[in-house]
Order: sequence, then structure tokens, then C-alpha cells
Amino acid sequence: MDNLSQLVEAFIFASETPISLDRLSDLLDQPKAKLRPVIEELKEQYEVRQHGFTLVEVAGGYQFRTIAEFAPWLRKLKKDRVPRFSRAALETLAIIAYRQPATRAEIEYLRGVDSGGVMKTLLDKNLLRILGKKDVPGRPLLYGTSRQFLELFGLRDLNDLPTLKEFSALDPQLVTADPLNSDPAEEV
Amino acid sequence: MAIQIRLENFSGPLDLLLHLIKSHEMDIYDIRIVEITEQYLDIIEQMQQLDLDIAGEFLLMAANLIHIKSRLLLPVSEEVIEEEEDPRAELVKRLLEYQRYKEVAGFLEQLPQLDRDIFPPQFSWSDCLIEDEEGDEVVLGLYQLADAFHRILKAKPAEIFHEVIRESLSVDDFIKRIAEKLSRQNRLSFRQIFSLDLCLNELIVTFLATLELVRMRIITIDQMGDCSEIWLTLKASAEQLSRLSIDEELLGYG
Repeated sequence: MDNLSQLVEAFIFASETPISLDRLSDLLDQPKAKLRPVIEELKEQYEVRQHGFTLVEVAGGYQFRTIAEFAPWLRKLKKDRVPRFSRAALETLAIIAYRQPATRAEIEYLRGVDSGGVMKTLLDKNLLRILGKKDVPGRPLLYGTSRQFLELFGLRDLNDLPTLKEFSALDPQLVTADPLNSDPAEEV
Repeated sequence: MAIQIRLENFSGPLDLLLHLIKSHEMDIYDIRIVEITEQYLDIIEQMQQLDLDIAGEFLLMAANLIHIKSRLLLPVSEEVIEEEEDPRAELVKRLLEYQRYKEVAGFLEQLPQLDRDIFPPQFSWSDCLIEDEEGDEVVLGLYQLADAFHRILKAKPAEIFHEVIRESLSVDDFIKRIAEKLSRQNRLSFRQIFSLDLCLNELIVTFLATLELVRMRIITIDQMGDCSEIWLTLKASAEQLSRLSIDEELLGYG
């Protein structure tokens, strides 16, 4: 196939969600080992030629996405109707991303507040999924993050997140007071 | 010291406590409980008129603080001093852990976000455009399935009750009924299975039967995209179906 690179590009372009190497391999009937360098080359081409978008690896697949520095202009296209997450939603996602599988009770203990409403919203948005039931009395549901969560934050997989240790909370130096800045977490 | 604090700015009591600890330049490992409890209670008092739902969690923390304070004030008997844990230990642990996840939340917030900072190509969305999409289904979660069932229940008009006839429905029968339908058509939509002429009990038993069929690997359930139609597809061969015998006891629905 001499036009393999073009075909791969077309598939990635026309796919609604990030398309995986496995899927490309199935569709094109080509071994993955042959496709991988083709994709890498495409990625590099988009990088070098400075397009308005790049080819990114996200949520176990490949997708074309606009580059982040154009965000202010592109938001105009969306008439500034961009999704915003509440702090409650972000905290809940943060906890579940690192603690999964986690029960609602565990999340609420860590946050110190009822999280039922925010979890329902996140489930409706498909950012969370139910992983099963915990083998303890009451058999509570276990929650984890979904593929859409990875897509949303542009992560290849969960390992793309920094390890919890990289967040400074256990370092007393950083936890102690800073009266000029009431919210040091913002600096991270 | 007058502190102007709006509780809405805090995502919960832990967040508020962290703020107080920082603004009083305390070491989180050595919280001056008496001082912090006083400050905390002051703020709670200011928010008398606040929504009780939110207030409840803040009040629980107030009780917790007072409890720790009282334990600190109690004279420590000499025998137990060895194994006695610092009454503040659990609170400190929770605060540190909360602080950490708060930072993670801040980290997520600043990541380039899809549809906020970066945009993929946009496609027009359609429910019923693809005839043959072998292998293209998205993984359907339990939540989506339960949600779809919930919508069917909601779409069902309220039942009018008159005469009471005890009707016993068996999951077994419904499993066979669905399997039979599928053996004729091979593929049915969620809406076809849950026709609205079924009564509530029948809908529920149908849902249970559907789940059992998935568990027995006789059918698979898939969906093309978020919010699109859910499909039930027959996976077992006709021969396997004919041998299908269900042990009512084993199902355990009684």
C-alpha cells in the first residue's frame, strides 16, 4: 500500500473519537508494527509544518486537535459557551482518578461533604463509570474514571497523570502558612 | 480579628479549616485546636441563615473540633499515655489528604481541556445513520444501561389500578421470551424489548432477564455513541439456545 500514510491520516481525521492502533490495524489489515512508524511520521509532520492543529495520542488512540494557544480565538467560534467544571466536580474527579476503584463513602470522607449530586452529574457526562461493587457490607458501588475523562484532559492513559507524591501536601514546608496568599494550591 | 468569609467559596469544612490554619500561620502538624475551634465556630455563627444542607457538614466538623478540644483538655492518665494517640491525628491526616486532592483538582483545572482550550473536528450527530457497524460499538457502562431503563420507566404513563389479580412473572419465562424474539431477528433495540404496553412489573422482569442473558453470554449489549440507541444482539447459536434451560433456583429471584 503506497498510500498507507494518507489512509491512516484519513481514518484519524474521519473518526469521531480517538482511533486506536488496534482499530487502525483491523481496518487497514496491516500489522501494528508497520503502522506505528507511519503515525509517528504524521505526528512529526504536523509538528514541523506548524499547523493550527496537531496529531495527538489520547485515551489510547489518535486524534487531530487544535493547539492550546489558540484557545481564546476558538472559544469565539463556540460563542464562549465553553464547559466549566465546579471545584466540587474537579475535586471529585481528582480523588476518583487516583483512588479508583472508590466508593461514594470514601470520596465523601476525603472531601468532607456530600458528593452524590456532583457524582451524578459526572456519571451523566460519562466522565465516571461504575466498576462494580465492593465486597463489604451493603455492597456499595465502586467508581472509576472513563475513557471520556482521558479524552477531556488530553491524557494517553492514567499513567500520564503525575504521581500523587508529586503533589506537595505531605511536605510540611508547603503546607504551613502563607498569609499573603490564602490559596497556595493555585501555584501548583 | 474580623474575618470576612463566604462559605460558598469553600468546597467544604476541610477546605475552610485549611484556610483558617494557613491564615493563622499554624503548622498543620501542630494545630492550635482551641484557637482554630473558636475561629471556626465564629464563622459558623455568621452563617446562621445558610442553607441547612450545606450547614450540616460544617456543623459536623464543628462537633468534631469540639470533641478533639475536649479530649485535649482531659487530664491524661499515666497508664494509658503510651498508646494514646494525639486526638488531632485523624484530622491532620484528613486535612493533608484533602489538601493533596485539592492540588490535584487545581492541576486538572489547568490542563488543556477538550472543548474549552482545544477542539477536535466536529461531527454532526445522528442516532440512526449506520446500518452495519460491526465492531464499532462503544463500551456501554452499567450506568448508561440503568439510565436507559430509567427513561423507559419514566416514559411509561401512570398505571390506573382497578382489580387486583396476582400475577407471578418469572425471569425464566422472560429470558426465554427475549431469546426467542432474538432468534428470529438476531438484533433488537432496547426500545423494542421494552415496549410500553408492558406493565411496570413486566418491565422490571424484562430488565432482569436482559441482564441474565448478558451474564450467560447469550446476548451482547452495545451502543454506537453516547445517548444513541442501545442494541441487543444474539451471540449464542440456535443450537445453544435450544439447549437453554434455566434453573429458577439458581437465579434466586424466587
